[in-house]
Amino acid sequence: MRTLLTGNYAVAEAVKLSRARVIAAYPITPQTTIVEKLAEMVEKKEIDAEFIRVESEHSALAAVYGSAVAGLRSFTATSSHGLLYMYEMVWWVANARVPLVMAVVTRTIGPPWNIHTDHTDLLTMRDSGWIISMAENVQEAFDLTVQGFRISEEAGLPFTVGMDAFQLSHTAEVVDLPSQQDVDAWLPERRQPYRIEPEDPVTVGCIGPNEYTAKLRCNMAREMEKAKELVNRVDEEFGKSFGRRYGGLVEEYRLEDADYAVVMTGAWSGDAKDAIDMLRKEKLRVGMLRLRYFRPFPQKELRKLLEEKEVLVVDRDFSMGHMGILGIEVSSAIGDITNVIAGIGGVDVGVDDFKMMFRKFADKKLRKIEWWPEEMFL
Amino acid sequence: MVAGGDVSMKIDELPRRSSLLPGNPSCQGCPHAIGLKALSVLENPVLIIPAGCTTIIAGIHPKAAFNVPVLHVPFASAAAVASGLAASYRKEGVEASIVVWMGDGAADIGFATLSGAAVRNEDIIVVVSDNEAYMNTGIQSSSTTSWKARTTTSPGGKSEEKKDLAAIMLMHRIPYAATASVGYLPDFINKLKRASEIDGFRFIHLHSPCPPGWRFDSSKTVEIARLAVKTGAWILWEYSGRFRITSPSKPYKDGSKRVPLEEYIKTQGRFKGLSEEDVEEIKSKIEEQWKFLLAFEEIFR
Repeated sequence: MRTLLTGNYAVAEAVKLSRARVIAAYPITPQTTIVEKLAEMVEKKEIDAEFIRVESEHSALAAVYGSAVAGLRSFTATSSHGLLYMYEMVWWVANARVPLVMAVVTRTIGPPWNIHTDHTDLLTMRDSGWIISMAENVQEAFDLTVQGFRISEEAGLPFTVGMDAFQLSHTAEVVDLPSQQDVDAWLPERRQPYRIEPEDPVTVGCIGPNEYTAKLRCNMAREMEKAKELVNRVDEEFGKSFGRRYGGLVEEYRLEDADYAVVMTGAWSGDAKDAIDMLRKEKLRVGMLRLRYFRPFPQKELRKLLEEKEVLVVDRDFSMGHMGILGIEVSSAIGDITNVIAGIGGVDVGVDDFKMMFRKFADKKLRKIEWWPEEMFL
Repeated sequence: MVAGGDVSMKIDELPRRSSLLPGNPSCQGCPHAIGLKALSVLENPVLIIPAGCTTIIAGIHPKAAFNVPVLHVPFASAAAVASGLAASYRKEGVEASIVVWMGDGAADIGFATLSGAAVRNEDIIVVVSDNEAYMNTGIQSSSTTSWKARTTTSPGGKSEEKKDLAAIMLMHRIPYAATASVGYLPDFINKLKRASEIDGFRFIHLHSPCPPGWRFDSSKTVEIARLAVKTGAWILWEYSGRFRITSPSKPYKDGSKRVPLEEYIKTQGRFKGLSEEDVEEIKSKIEEQWKFLLAFEEIFR
């Protein structure tokens, strides 16, 4: 069914169609309407789930940790300060190898107070052991949420769906909404490494020898590595059933014959693609590698697809004292890159900006690390 | 000899099996190890343990000191994790007694979590085994540390009041709240039993004297726990629709029946060097607490 949905409502629909059984969340702009929609669905019995109205984000993730450990498909969502407030649980859930899905509607971190998008909040999850994806549009936010349950449950790792504040969360787009029957046929029964149940005297999370911690981390690292193949396979199988494939860990856009490759992620990639189309007409061979996943990180794809290209990484985040976070990540795989920092705190960056940016890049007029647009930072 | 009626219990009524196994790594004279034995009266227990002394008592991988399911969780999260488990079990029709066993530290740092779960009337039992300081990290002052008690972060004696956690929890309008003491195990067991027959959020505040933390000999845990009750410094009560001072504390409604407070205080290193004025001040605080609870008993008959 084709219908008009905002990103937040699309995620709520995906949670419903994935038959999540327990939802716990605390409201924060711009994530709030996901929570409101799900609460409404639960109350109207459109979804057979419990909704736990927790008193904080720390408790939101703690509660779904409990419900997931007990064996039920569970979901939460947050943004920015909410994510930071639950940060301890972010790590605990991953290290405990519990499958669950969380949506992170990306929002900048204060002060100053600001509810608009950048990607710094999501990227604080980088080292924690979550599989981290990022949507470009509302349809993809929906698809990633459904796929997230499958990937998470197969990998035994938690899964997060990132999407930009307002540009996706509150912007209505036409979405192809699959039927319950089709999602049921595609999404297998929940599976997980262990459960906490009465009369089964399992102890989880106790103190152990140091080697015990080290082994668990190594297992986790290996599972995360295997998740690369899993993400690509799930993307392919989803494509077979629903007719949409994105390319797995990365999406290529007019990349093959490009002299200049732009690496970026999130909603603004759509504007950048428009800019690429325009520049192509002007015979400038630009293409894009869109990161759909930060973790696991697609080193192999980057090395292969960006070989012998001039690479510009456009970051909507910054690691203080260094460079853009995607810049760091991409350099770790392919070495020398140029890094633009733009759109911080939700500053609008449109098609014209990207056109000018990519043109300047091709003309070698960008600094190695350039805050965009230059005149704002004089 | 224990005073009062329903605190007595025949030996064959005591739980046969302990969910806490012998040979666990608790300290000598540990009050938690005493209190945890009482959990054996619960059917299908699932134990949630935030960071604290009981994290250690639960044993070191690959061994485990409990023969019931145990989920270790971050410090402030316990009542929320328990809420999630309760939601799943409810959905799946799984019968379980979910017990959060925490110290006063977890109750401090997780106070919002505790309050949120109480407001939602989650179907869980929370026991705060209160040794009146952060003992697992080495005796630092907590919200429930007594006024003037010396801890490593209040070396000159705590300057703030002791928080009445159980009364605060009661004010959440939960169906069951009680205080208990490791010195009166049958009373604690009976309270756990009654709590287990009620649905919703149940809270028990267990007084747990800690030998190294309070600085007394490890053979005296029960004796000191009882002195706290006999001097009136720790008052046992129960609310489940009505509020009542429970048996071990009943005789001490009458102040003249109480053992002199000095008997309790002098046994503990943490109160060493208190002036006479300080002791009198503590006595007046205890008197105030009695007035408060007796008024409650009057109101919630």
